[in-house]
Amino acid sequence: MSKPHLELTGVEMSFDTPKGSFIALGNINLKIKKGEFVSLIGHSGCGKSTVLNIVAGLLQATKGGCILDGHEINSPGPERAVVFQNHALMPWLTVYENVELAVQQVFRKSMTKQERQSWIHHNLELVNMAHAANKRPGEISGGMAQRVGIARALAMKPSVLLMDEPFGALDALTRAHLQDSLMEIQQELNNTVIMITHDVDEAVLLSDRIIMMTNGPAAAVGEDLYIDLKRPRNRVTLADDPTYVHYRQEVLKFLYEKQRKLESITPRRNNQTTGTNMHKDTAPAAKA
Amino acid sequence: MSTLMNTSSRIRRFGGLKALTDRFTGMELARTGKQLVLPMVGILVFLGFWHLAAPQVNTSLGSFPGPVQVWEQSGQLWQEHINQRERADKFVIMQEDRNARILAKNPDAEVKIRSYPGAPTFVDQIATSLITVMAGFLLATAIAVPLGIVLGLNRHLQAAINPLIQIFKPVSPLAWLPLVTMVVSATYVSEDPMFEKSFLTSMITVTLCSLWPTLINTGVGVAAVNPDLLNVSRVLRLSFWTHVMKVVLPSSIPIIFTGLRVSLGIAWMVLIAAEMLAQSPGLGKFVWDEFQNGSSQSLSRIMAAVLAIGFIGFVLDRIMLTLQKKIAWNE
Repeated sequence: MSKPHLELTGVEMSFDTPKGSFIALGNINLKIKKGEFVSLIGHSGCGKSTVLNIVAGLLQATKGGCILDGHEINSPGPERAVVFQNHALMPWLTVYENVELAVQQVFRKSMTKQERQSWIHHNLELVNMAHAANKRPGEISGGMAQRVGIARALAMKPSVLLMDEPFGALDALTRAHLQDSLMEIQQELNNTVIMITHDVDEAVLLSDRIIMMTNGPAAAVGEDLYIDLKRPRNRVTLADDPTYVHYRQEVLKFLYEKQRKLESITPRRNNQTTGTNMHKDTAPAAKA
Repeated sequence: MSTLMNTSSRIRRFGGLKALTDRFTGMELARTGKQLVLPMVGILVFLGFWHLAAPQVNTSLGSFPGPVQVWEQSGQLWQEHINQRERADKFVIMQEDRNARILAKNPDAEVKIRSYPGAPTFVDQIATSLITVMAGFLLATAIAVPLGIVLGLNRHLQAAINPLIQIFKPVSPLAWLPLVTMVVSATYVSEDPMFEKSFLTSMITVTLCSLWPTLINTGVGVAAVNPDLLNVSRVLRLSFWTHVMKVVLPSSIPIIFTGLRVSLGIAWMVLIAAEMLAQSPGLGKFVWDEFQNGSSQSLSRIMAAVLAIGFIGFVLDRIMLTLQKKIAWNE
């Protein structure tokens, strides 16, 4: 096999807190091929977002590093476009202008004005949002805004698309709709994608590979599951496909048996201490 | 019950939509009526109270002026302005005639037109005050917004400068004024001055007192930009300038405008005080001169000036509000 497209080696991350340093990520090692759709799944607070932010360059790993196409990542850049959970569109710009800001910045030199215009329109059409080009983010629904966020990221022609729970803030129907759109777009463009999710079905349906993370502190890769399902995938027919159900069960087992986490509704601080204790209890199971 | 049935069936027959719109326009009418009528009632009650109470207050210049006297004096002030203007026009025409005669005799003669030497009228003073306040406010904005952006972007700088802001913010204009006057007289020395010294003194005092709310609000607004948007800016690798112009500034425009409105209000209040104390031309000087004048009409004329000051302050704030609605994206 040739050199990996994206490689994380010995990535460790610790944060300084008033109580001393908190180790969020233990030793993370990952190799991702070009065009692979990878999901990161794990309980909340396990450091999935930290991994994504390190790949994005928004955070610097305390130890270890990250290499994309032979270059070390140490700052953010448009070749690693990020889709944020809450669309992160500029509320004072129209849909068109939001995508334009990105296209202007990335292709200022390599495209003519006309080319840029048609490229913006092309990307808005890709996510079915060309009709709302002149609306402000406040005038469209959350699902629509998220589509625009995806269009903006795709318009940068990124070599890796990073998605931080892109559909987490949406209702179930809109989410399903956007998942289908994303699958179609992915089929067409064959981007490398890293997506964070909480949703087991979403992970199995969309991914080529699911990285399951252990609970923090010092979270690490628990299991690495390859999803060998033919594309295009259809959520309705897959629902009782035995392989699909099997994959789904694998992920569920990991999350709810091997990495069981007690979520209490008391304030978060208490929650974290229980989480730490639980981690000690379940640590051997995770390694098994 | 039957009438109700009738109405509902009629609405259905003639189109429910039309009935609804009719009702809404009715409601709309009532609402605008309320919006107009209640303030009118408030003003009328105030005028009545003023009219009854004023004669009870006796001063060395006669009893306190009621609304009728103030209204009369307002007319008087306007008439004085018109008369003054006519005299000024005549003065210029007279000079032009004279110059024409001189030139007819001797085409090489140097001729001049002097401006009318009469005292500025009430309306002239209003114009002077408006120009001064706008100049002071614009200068304050030109300092406060860029400085606020820099402070909002740099935590360390903000920590260093914050105590200074907190100390200078509450300083009264009257305390600044002697210092500003002295500094302006010492530093602004020129043969052919572009501005009057008194204008500069008032303007700088206004600037010093009014820049704080804009400065503080800009700093807060810039520091509070949504972190997701900052990350977008980083991912796009926007240059510092583009980052400020396309992300930071638009995002903080609403809160900056709130600061600007407070600043303009302060600027207007400060200006009147500064003009009174420094005897620089403007509404403040008008009030002070009338006070020194001490005629039987003085109090009415001062009261007319007070109302004019209040009304202009209100209009200035409305202009800012309109501007905010045009520029800010969240309005």
